[in-house]
Amino acid sequence: MSDTANKPRPQFRNINVIDLMAYRLPMAGKVSILHRVSGALLFLCLPFLIALFAMSFVSQAGFNALAMVIGHPIVKVILLVLIWGYLHHFCAGIRYLVLDLHIGVDKESAAKSASLVMGVSLALTLVFGLKLFGVW
Amino acid sequence: MVPVEKIGPKRLVVGAHYGTGEFIAQRVTAIILAVYTLVLLIGILTMSGFTYEGWKNLFTFTVLFMPLGQILATLAMISLAWHAWIGVRDIWMDYIKPVGLRIFLLVLTLLWLVGSVVYFVHILWRN
Repeated sequence: MSDTANKPRPQFRNINVIDLMAYRLPMAGKVSILHRVSGALLFLCLPFLIALFAMSFVSQAGFNALAMVIGHPIVKVILLVLIWGYLHHFCAGIRYLVLDLHIGVDKESAAKSASLVMGVSLALTLVFGLKLFGVW
Repeated sequence: MVPVEKIGPKRLVVGAHYGTGEFIAQRVTAIILAVYTLVLLIGILTMSGFTYEGWKNLFTFTVLFMPLGQILATLAMISLAWHAWIGVRDIWMDYIKPVGLRIFLLVLTLLWLVGSVVYFVHILWRN
């Protein structure tokens, strides 16, 4: 009896962000939180993206000027992050639409489709990145 | 007068928003945006070289004198704002508990999105 009384007893409190970091999030969890993060990112950048669209759309001179702006490597990196955001949000969103139809909701298929979403969106980002950095 | 559609001791079927409308709107706008994304992507890929004229034509083409390119882009932008409104609203509802701060952020979100739509429509429709 004295043995168990002396042992430090486990405590379960409300979890915080630091605790959350210690949890191993399954792939579906990663896809989910990144879906939210990418959506928030696109929301915050929306007016700036419209400004870029305005530049490209209003005149030939603006279109040429935008091409110059995009020539800058830092702009390219920022754009690539936003491209990844859009692609991830797009792919993960299609997964959720399919899940809404009760397709692939069992544990194995859900884990598989989550990995697929992650892989496809990263692969497409790579393709856009190679194009953006002028590899071909 | 007691309505027939009671589902509990206090709540009525039509007595409050239960989020179903938002749930459906988020999915419908998602499908619209996905389809429009693919339409634009096909438009870009089938362009003969990425030129200003070709790019502009994606958003200004007409069919039978109707400005279809502008109409589609406007509908997509409205769908986007509506979709983002529900998503960002969900984020505030999940993480922001003080009512005053939540309402402040919701109003800010609405202004941000309506402003974006007005800006986009202004650029798109001016000649």
